[in-house]
Amino acid sequence: MADNGEVESQQEEVEDTQKGKFLTFCLGTEFYGIEIKYVTEIIGLQPITEIPEMPEYIKGIINLRGKLIPLMDVRLRFKKPFREYNDRTCIVVIDIKEIPIGLIVDSVSEVIAIPEEEIVAPPTMTKEGNKYIKGIGKVGTDVKLLLDSDKLLTETDFDNLR
Amino acid sequence: MSNQYVNEPMLDLFIFESMQLLEQMEHLIISNEKSSSYASDAINEIFRIMHTIKGSSAMMLYNNISTLAHSMEDLFFVLREDKPQNVDYSELSDLVLEGLDFIKVEIAKIRNGDEADGNASDLIESLRFFYETIRGQEFNSIDQTIGGVIPSENRKPDKQQYYISKVRTETTSNRNTFEATLRFEEDCGMENLRVFGVVNDLGDLAEEYYHIPEDLDKEDSARVIKEQGFTLFLTTERSLDEIHTALIQTIYLKNLQLTQVENSESLNERHKERQILLEDYSVKVPTVCCPNRVDNEPEGKELHSTATQQSIISVSVAKLDQLMDLVGEMVIAEAMVTQNPDLKGLELNNFDKAARQLRKITGELQDTVMSVRMVPLAGTFQKMNRTLRDMCKKLNKEVQLQLIGEETEVDKNIIEHISDPLMHLIRNSIDHGLEMPDEREQLGKLRLGTIVLEAKNSGGDVLIIIRDDGEGFNKDRILAKAREKGLIQGPEDEITDKEIYNFVFLPGFSTNESVTEFSGRGVGMDVVVKNIEAVGGSISADSIPGRGTTITLKIPLTLAIIDGMNIKVGDSRYTIPTTAIKESFSPKMTEVIVDPDDNEMMMVRGQCYPILRLHDIYHVHTEVTQFTDGIIIMVEQDNKTLCIFADELIGQQQVVVKALPTYIKNTSKVIGLAGCTLLGDGSISLILDIAGLISFRRSA
Repeated sequence: MADNGEVESQQEEVEDTQKGKFLTFCLGTEFYGIEIKYVTEIIGLQPITEIPEMPEYIKGIINLRGKLIPLMDVRLRFKKPFREYNDRTCIVVIDIKEIPIGLIVDSVSEVIAIPEEEIVAPPTMTKEGNKYIKGIGKVGTDVKLLLDSDKLLTETDFDNLR
Repeated sequence: MSNQYVNEPMLDLFIFESMQLLEQMEHLIISNEKSSSYASDAINEIFRIMHTIKGSSAMMLYNNISTLAHSMEDLFFVLREDKPQNVDYSELSDLVLEGLDFIKVEIAKIRNGDEADGNASDLIESLRFFYETIRGQEFNSIDQTIGGVIPSENRKPDKQQYYISKVRTETTSNRNTFEATLRFEEDCGMENLRVFGVVNDLGDLAEEYYHIPEDLDKEDSARVIKEQGFTLFLTTERSLDEIHTALIQTIYLKNLQLTQVENSESLNERHKERQILLEDYSVKVPTVCCPNRVDNEPEGKELHSTATQQSIISVSVAKLDQLMDLVGEMVIAEAMVTQNPDLKGLELNNFDKAARQLRKITGELQDTVMSVRMVPLAGTFQKMNRTLRDMCKKLNKEVQLQLIGEETEVDKNIIEHISDPLMHLIRNSIDHGLEMPDEREQLGKLRLGTIVLEAKNSGGDVLIIIRDDGEGFNKDRILAKAREKGLIQGPEDEITDKEIYNFVFLPGFSTNESVTEFSGRGVGMDVVVKNIEAVGGSISADSIPGRGTTITLKIPLTLAIIDGMNIKVGDSRYTIPTTAIKESFSPKMTEVIVDPDDNEMMMVRGQCYPILRLHDIYHVHTEVTQFTDGIIIMVEQDNKTLCIFADELIGQQQVVVKALPTYIKNTSKVIGLAGCTLLGDGSISLILDIAGLISFRRSA
């Protein structure tokens, strides 16, 4: 029984080392960050199979080594103008509450650690994109918008009236 | 919230085994109750099961289960040894089943990761009371034999004498005083619990007893027992041998010293003496050594199945799932190799031969793996016996259960989803359908109602039919209720009887005026439907007023692999299950009719069928919009036919069905898509759900 406790605390430590680290990617001119503990992998663009009757920002699904991953175009999700995919476009596969989803982004930047003190709460404007922002991280002179992964998934329910 | 079971392998094993044993025992009890006597084989087996559960739950530190099991074990011990007559078997069964329920609940709690904190003391009290009654009855009946009130004629005279000597009378000169020292195995743990069990047992055998250490609840006592052994003084009229036999059954006992001592001294004096002596460790007593008795925890791999005598291995379902996935992927990989675009147009005879061989073997492997997951429905059907019995008792109805086709096999996943709906449907039948026995007699029916539970294979599905001979559905009441809830669309007289009966499956539907413990809230049928649909099945009801009701569950045989025809629409690929396809052909413009609502229809051999343009409903861009350029595939489901218009047929293939990703399903339900699959070249094809498309077409 004692061993279990040790293993658990080790696991917590492992998770802790992932805390505070964000994967940053860019859309147009802004940089967004997402907590690294949600990110499973980053892959290049693959042929996408469309699914009918889906909201605009859901581009379809891809076959990733036998698994079917749905893709969300983050640009369209944040109501930005659509940009053609090029060879810098990447898919960031994230896993939230056992639901995998791929985010299509313009390009991926780097993984940085943003300490708690450098994160401030987002301004409370009612613009569309702000719903998904959990906080604003300051890195040097740059500002990264930190995404709330849960909102990315769940907010869709309001858009689609079943 | 995690849905996983606690990961300790031993705990998993304990849960699995205990559930198995409990089910076995339930089965035994119910079948024995029907014959209203307990065969000695059955008693032995029940005793054995309880003993096993007692041991393993004690080992896993679930003391409440262990003590309850112990009481039940005692009860069956008495039944086995003393063979009392005039036992109220119905009450016995009730008590025992209550005990089983308690244990089941505790195990469910454990499985969910909660604390097993149930209090069984009431149950233990009742069991104790019943136990005393049985033994006491012996005493009473012995008295009454003189009056000639012997309940059964099987009593042999010598038995009476035997019992007389066992009965504890007020004074007897046969008192013996014994001293016993018990030493336990080195690391058996929980010594104080073990001696508690010992003391419990002795409670009946001894009149007075005293033990060192006194307070078994204290943490320290375990340590003391470990170091110094457990010392027990008792006064009883049993003989040395009897006490010895009783004590030697203690689990994890390493060493037992049992001596008879002078009985003139009172125990207290001994106590003082003993204390001093214990500290000195200089007591030399003739030892009665016993071989190491290690009561085995139930070994995992053995399975006692009363249903079949095959040798059985229990395998974790996760491994089976993994195996299924791998086989599925192998099917895809095999398709990718043999249908590789690189090989297109090449004449490779040897390769073709080898490929065919590979295909054959893969097919066989697939079939075998599928069958591994198949489990006969017998287990589930047997469980229904218990429900039936409980319901009958509570409602005072007389019903028997007839099982047909229980050897039919279904996928393991599905079994878990069926048993709750089945239970509910049977409860419904008994509660609503079957009349009270007197009423039945008046109607000229047999007093004993029958519920027939039948399972059979039909095509790619398994049909489970629940048939009762009760009063059937009340059409008018259902219609009235439906009207009340505003569920009727269109003219009432056009609704067929079948449609009326199927109203009962709607949520919130109940024609009960009042809510009883079992039904009336209108929640049950809805849950049944959801459960069945979760495994991809369907449910329907039919009834003959006054004669009975039949509910049919149709469940797909296998979830994963289907034969499909791939079609192309623009850049997208779709797959239609071949079981639904009737024919395909190139349409001629002359056969197409357009009606005033702009619905297109097709005339085929005198029949008219609606046409569905896939590129239209799914907004796929395609060059082919003219009927003559593409192809029509005629599909049928539930006696409704539809013509699907696509660009071209690609080919037939066995495909592994993969569910649509959760995210997509959560976002919105797309009509007409049942899932997706991976094609030979790695691309994704969407599997069409014909029933959905047909309903789409109707409403469009």
